Amino acid sequence: MPDQSAHRNSGRRFDVAVIGGGMIGPALSLGLLARGLSVCILDEGDDVLRVARGNFGLVWFQGKGFGMPRYVDWSRRSASLYPDFAAELKESTGVDIGHANPGGLELLLGDDELAHRQHFIGQIYQQGGGKEYEVEFLDRKQVDEMLPGVTLGDEVVGASYSPLDGHVNPLFLLRAMHTRFQQLGGTYKPHHRVSGVRKNGAAYDVMTEAGTVSAAKVVIAAGHGLKELGPPLGLDIPIRPQRGHILVTERTKQILPMPMSAFRQTAEGSIMLGVSAEEAGYNDLVDTATVAKIAGRAARVIPALRGLNIVRSWAALRVLTPDKCPVYAESQSHPGIYGIASHSGVTLAAVNAKVAANWIAGDPPPEEFQAFGVERFDAQKTA
Amino acid sequence: MLKRRHSNAEIVRITVDGEAVEARAGESVAAAVLAHTGGATRSTPVSGAPRAPYCLMGVCFECLMVIDGVPNRQACMIRVRDGMSVTRQDGARDLEGAPGGEA
Amino acid sequence: MSTPDYDIAVIGAGPAGMAAAHEAKNLGFKVIVIDEQDGPGGQIYRDVERVAMQRAHDLDVLGPDYKYGFGLVDGLRASGVEHLKGHTVWQIERDGTVWCSDGEKAKRIIARRVLLATGAMERPVPVPGWTLPGAMTAGAAQILMKSAGMVPAGPIAICGSGPLLLLIADQLVRAGADIAVIAETTTFGDYLRAAPKLPQALLGIEYLQKGIAMRRRIKAAGVEIASGISALRINGTDKAEGVSFKQGGRTRTVAASTVLLHQGVVPNTQATRQLRLEHLWHAGQHYWYPKTGANGSTELENIFIAGDGAGINGARAAEASGRLTALQIARSLDAVSDADFDLKAQPWQSELKRHQSVRPMLDALFTPPGEILNPSDDATIVCRCEEITAGDVRKAAALGAPGPNQLKAFLRAGMGPCQGRMCGLTVVEILAAAQRKTPAEIGAYRIRPPLKPLTLAELADMELPDAESDAG
Repeated sequence: MPDQSAHRNSGRRFDVAVIGGGMIGPALSLGLLARGLSVCILDEGDDVLRVARGNFGLVWFQGKGFGMPRYVDWSRRSASLYPDFAAELKESTGVDIGHANPGGLELLLGDDELAHRQHFIGQIYQQGGGKEYEVEFLDRKQVDEMLPGVTLGDEVVGASYSPLDGHVNPLFLLRAMHTRFQQLGGTYKPHHRVSGVRKNGAAYDVMTEAGTVSAAKVVIAAGHGLKELGPPLGLDIPIRPQRGHILVTERTKQILPMPMSAFRQTAEGSIMLGVSAEEAGYNDLVDTATVAKIAGRAARVIPALRGLNIVRSWAALRVLTPDKCPVYAESQSHPGIYGIASHSGVTLAAVNAKVAANWIAGDPPPEEFQAFGVERFDAQKTA
Repeated sequence: MLKRRHSNAEIVRITVDGEAVEARAGESVAAAVLAHTGGATRSTPVSGAPRAPYCLMGVCFECLMVIDGVPNRQACMIRVRDGMSVTRQDGARDLEGAPGGEA
Repeated sequence: MSTPDYDIAVIGAGPAGMAAAHEAKNLGFKVIVIDEQDGPGGQIYRDVERVAMQRAHDLDVLGPDYKYGFGLVDGLRASGVEHLKGHTVWQIERDGTVWCSDGEKAKRIIARRVLLATGAMERPVPVPGWTLPGAMTAGAAQILMKSAGMVPAGPIAICGSGPLLLLIADQLVRAGADIAVIAETTTFGDYLRAAPKLPQALLGIEYLQKGIAMRRRIKAAGVEIASGISALRINGTDKAEGVSFKQGGRTRTVAASTVLLHQGVVPNTQATRQLRLEHLWHAGQHYWYPKTGANGSTELENIFIAGDGAGINGARAAEASGRLTALQIARSLDAVSDADFDLKAQPWQSELKRHQSVRPMLDALFTPPGEILNPSDDATIVCRCEEITAGDVRKAAALGAPGPNQLKAFLRAGMGPCQGRMCGLTVVEILAAAQRKTPAEIGAYRIRPPLKPLTLAELADMELPDAESDAG
């Protein structure tokens, strides 16, 4: 049973205090626990932004890392680690996170969209300096063959496809990680919203609404919370909320054999529909116009979905950096405090657990991290 | 599992799982089906467990049936109509519904 | 916000909605009533016009309290208020935009004021076997009688507690139904707890007399009332075959093909939660209700709540509450002076007070038993839609889930078609017990639109004058 001691320091010092119990904190924590470190996750309450519960569930490779080839590499690494990651979670916790890697499509309506996507993907390829980039373009006929039993709308002209794309049940992933965390002896403290961190000798005191927790190292994986927590700790990472909406249908017999950037059928049978991006501040209320837009496009892409009932819609706020690529940074003013910002916590769960955690444990950073520092934003500002 | 009391409502002819059934004007599909046969009106998409209407006022969603070819309709919220076809909702629905036709 | 189509949109055509709409129309407002049923009456007066026309003899079976609704329905009709029947509200925006659907087309209605009169629903009764075909709410049996003139055919077991229990039993007896047993969880202790509240219950004597008369009729018909029962289970494999329960230290089993469950009614808070209004926990009756100020006003200037949706007080109180809320809206729109308000409101305030006065006694008498609120048998299904058990919920609670929304994410509880209506309260109780907190501290599911499902086609085809083009 989690510890909810109020207003006192239990006196125990953890090796690592992880602020945030969403997609990133628990994933990193699993890796830290595997290294034999003691870990405490500090989480907030229940009716909060919690972006981790708003996910689509894509484990997505294509289209990531525009302008940053190392992010392409990082995404590829995570996709390749995912099957083992999922298997380990299943074996240890009994929770099947439903990971599948059948490849993924981004369906394109009309020639303009196709041209635009080809240009975009082509640029990512070029930025990689000729390295293999596992995204190809399919014409309408080829897309139809990939989706037997699905009649696409007339306007669909083709798609970009990657064999590295897949999907997972993001909620079961969250549950599996939390379960595994407890199994490995991690300490989970919900309702311990963090207000700040201060130096305490060689270690740090993390101040929360329900008491103070001491740790040698601190990881800020708090989603939007980084904006407030980071700057006093030398981690002024530019992030902003970007709202996305998702619609979900009633359970339907399986018809979508693979995930698409805007369509994904869950193992239970419900079909998730996206995608949207609004600059709406911290407002996560559903916007009807956006819902209509998503519905309108979905109906054009797969008209047969028109008859399905939508049972729920929601909006969640992506944690977005200016270049949409992640930040993994250690504070210079406060060594031992790390800040992470990413809107791809699902895709990166495997590599966070298996690789990024080791960096926090003290190993040299992975090669990709050369691109993930905070300094790049200063360069971008002055550029 | 239900019996009708006397009413001067007109007879409405529907089919339930292929069988001809005489309902009365004003009855909900759920009521008409329960009067015709006790037992399950659907099986769940989770485990296939047998279910039947529970609240009859539209909040429990147990009364989902295929009505005139359209799956997952709340039978307690729809009144019977001459010529209506009603079938059990077995598990998750199919993608296609065919309004007006046989399921 | 665009130009409003109406001054007041009333959501729900039960007693509160009908009374409010009638009052608002009389005060000269442009009013629309939106209701998902195809005729007025809500649940309590459901199909009262149809019964009067097609099954007039049933009016006697259903009783004078039901017949009373005819006046309200007739009044609504006569007032000429616009009534959008058969339209389900699927979203209400905080600025007063109401989205509804008739099943084919999604519509948008903009009103200066929105009055929610969405009423109550039966408290879910999670006992082992409650998902079997043949197990229904007591209210469902009433609806069958009202809207279809039907009664269950085989032996009926009526189980639970609450005002509706004896009422439905009485109605069924008069309808000639075969009642195998009435198994009430109400104990002698409940009567002792309620007794001190009798003096303040202005209508308490009347109420008790009605109850005594019902009991007498039921017993005279040869029907057994077993009191102070516990450990209720519904037996059967593919359908209900009977009930078992503990009574006076021994376990009894009674055969029945229909089991009617009742443990009071609770406010239906889907719409008020979707609006992100503040809710409070009623500790005595174990339900959530939206926080309201004077006469149904809320923290949002343009949103009001009347009737059982704001807290359970019964149909007559709902009617008075509807009138008062309409007057409050009128005052908020400067259509009625304070003096005028006081004059018009006075009779309804008395009426409201009269009918509310019996509540503390009823609440003390009919407290849902702990084992219903927090099912002890781990195998009891809590989320019917997703088939999640009490044991599943406890396991997730042990993981330290910060609240019901995290628990929903972990288990899928609350994600099915009913969107938490059947499991929400139970999940909160189990979490509260497991984590040793109060339900108020635990919180509730976040409710998102659509309040009821609608098709992708309807959403895709919506006409939104303010929206950008959907070119992608």
